[in-house]
Amino acid sequence: MRVPLARIAHARSGDKGDGSNIGLIANHPRFFEVLVQEVTAERVKAHFARLCRGKVERFEIPNLCALNFLLHDALGGGGTESLKTDAQGKTHGTGLLRMEIDVPDALLAGELA
Amino acid sequence: MSTIRIGNGQGFWGDNIDAPIQLLRGGDLDYLGMDYLAEVTLSIMMRQKLKDPSAGYARDFIGFIRTVLPDLVERKVRVLTNAGGLNPQACRARILEVARELGISGVRVGIVEGDDLLDRLPDLVAAGHSLENMDTGDPIKPHLDMMSSANAYLGARPVVEALEQDALIVLCGRVTDTALALAPAIHAFGWAEDDWDRLAAGTIAGHILECGPQCTGGNFTRWEEVPDLWNVGYPVVEASPDGSFVVTKQPGSGGMVTIDTVSEQLLYEMGDPNTYITPDVVADFTSIQLEQEGPDRVRVSGIRGRERTDSLKVSASYLHGFKASGQLTVVGPRAVDKARLCADIVWKRLERAGVVFAPDNREVEVLGTDACLPGITPVADDPSEVVLHIGVRDADFAKVERFGKELAPLVTSGPPGVTGFAAGRPKPQRVVAYWPALLDRTEVESHLRVSVEES
Repeated sequence: MRVPLARIAHARSGDKGDGSNIGLIANHPRFFEVLVQEVTAERVKAHFARLCRGKVERFEIPNLCALNFLLHDALGGGGTESLKTDAQGKTHGTGLLRMEIDVPDALLAGELA
Repeated sequence: MSTIRIGNGQGFWGDNIDAPIQLLRGGDLDYLGMDYLAEVTLSIMMRQKLKDPSAGYARDFIGFIRTVLPDLVERKVRVLTNAGGLNPQACRARILEVARELGISGVRVGIVEGDDLLDRLPDLVAAGHSLENMDTGDPIKPHLDMMSSANAYLGARPVVEALEQDALIVLCGRVTDTALALAPAIHAFGWAEDDWDRLAAGTIAGHILECGPQCTGGNFTRWEEVPDLWNVGYPVVEASPDGSFVVTKQPGSGGMVTIDTVSEQLLYEMGDPNTYITPDVVADFTSIQLEQEGPDRVRVSGIRGRERTDSLKVSASYLHGFKASGQLTVVGPRAVDKARLCADIVWKRLERAGVVFAPDNREVEVLGTDACLPGITPVADDPSEVVLHIGVRDADFAKVERFGKELAPLVTSGPPGVTGFAAGRPKPQRVVAYWPALLDRTEVESHLRVSVEES
């Protein structure tokens, strides 16, 4: 089934130089593998195409069932220079959770470990 | 030695002023960390200090101390803070005065100095330190004249030294937030300078604490699950000698401490999770184990660290022109079209007056559409009302000031249904830009000074 990431994960974002970072965490360990498979750096870059001018890097933190994304050049000049309302990328986590991905129905229902 | 309880009552400059008092009075506490410095705060304090040599520190901290000093003394709760800013000496003098005004003698106040490098920059450059900008690679030399502050991030060691001299209050300037939590643990448990795993554990405890309520339910994704957010408890870490610790909060406070709330904070402002570099240690976030050991109690263990690096991070700042922005509220129908027309009118009238801004130096956002998350947030077909946010930046003060005069006229000379212009003309603000660099740690450590005075 195609679902928004918000259905299986939670997130937090903030500024990192002239870009932002987004921590994406599975709501349950059984969802971590599907995050690793589906939420690639390329897909995140495409999702934020109009916001992120630089590259997207991805790191895995399996012990926290989490992924960390760095969105380079995504704040319109960074911290104090930016003219944007969200100059610190505070909303980027919420934005990522709107991304839609395919999740097996049985996994959503908790039938698969 | 059993556990120690370390709290954080102030996550950033401008945080809730009642929170540290609630935290202090809400239950047991041994150490209280208070963070007052954003990246560019020291540049603002530099201007204050130039005007008045007795200024240049966080004045809010004095009000806090006046309120809580009797509690601190009675319960022997020790406060660690970067409120000293660019003038820890003056901050200490004021605190000692407050103690005397309150009739409390024997209050020992320590200061850590040596982070302020502004006056030393020319010598450091002459000695061959390039202090190149970590983001752009530019050397600092051609820009020396425009630097308005330059401070090294200090680690836990000088803070420990002040605690060992029995300071009740330790005032630092630029110090890592994580050091304010690590220092009490080193002091209480006697961790060795190369005990990398434990130093990493104390550092990660500090990372969890450093943004205050962001680990106790604040800014949490599933906000509807968080009880009594209005009264959110600021965090407490119960640290053990073996390096493990429990994240919790004071009894009766709002918010919640779960694996999920702690995980979100662990990832906040994270870069490479394997390599979290501080002056004290390189911590590995992929080693962290979390366990919910009870209600509002998350145990953190298993943390590994590696040897610290040879350099310290320097945070310098410089003035980089001016900016201004303003807002107008526009009601529908066709609110988005009218807001965009308003923006076009502003740019055309400025152009007629000979004032032109480069495309990268102007911003138009129609708030109420998908301004913060373009292409991601769904947009209503015809929003009932929107807010036009329009701004510019430029090296030329006069141009930015001229921009500020073009918003109010829109109310009478633009489309109908435009309102909400009560704030007056937007004033140009200085843009303080940030110059991050690395410096050989021996250059800083050789100049550190720790001293304690008593009321």
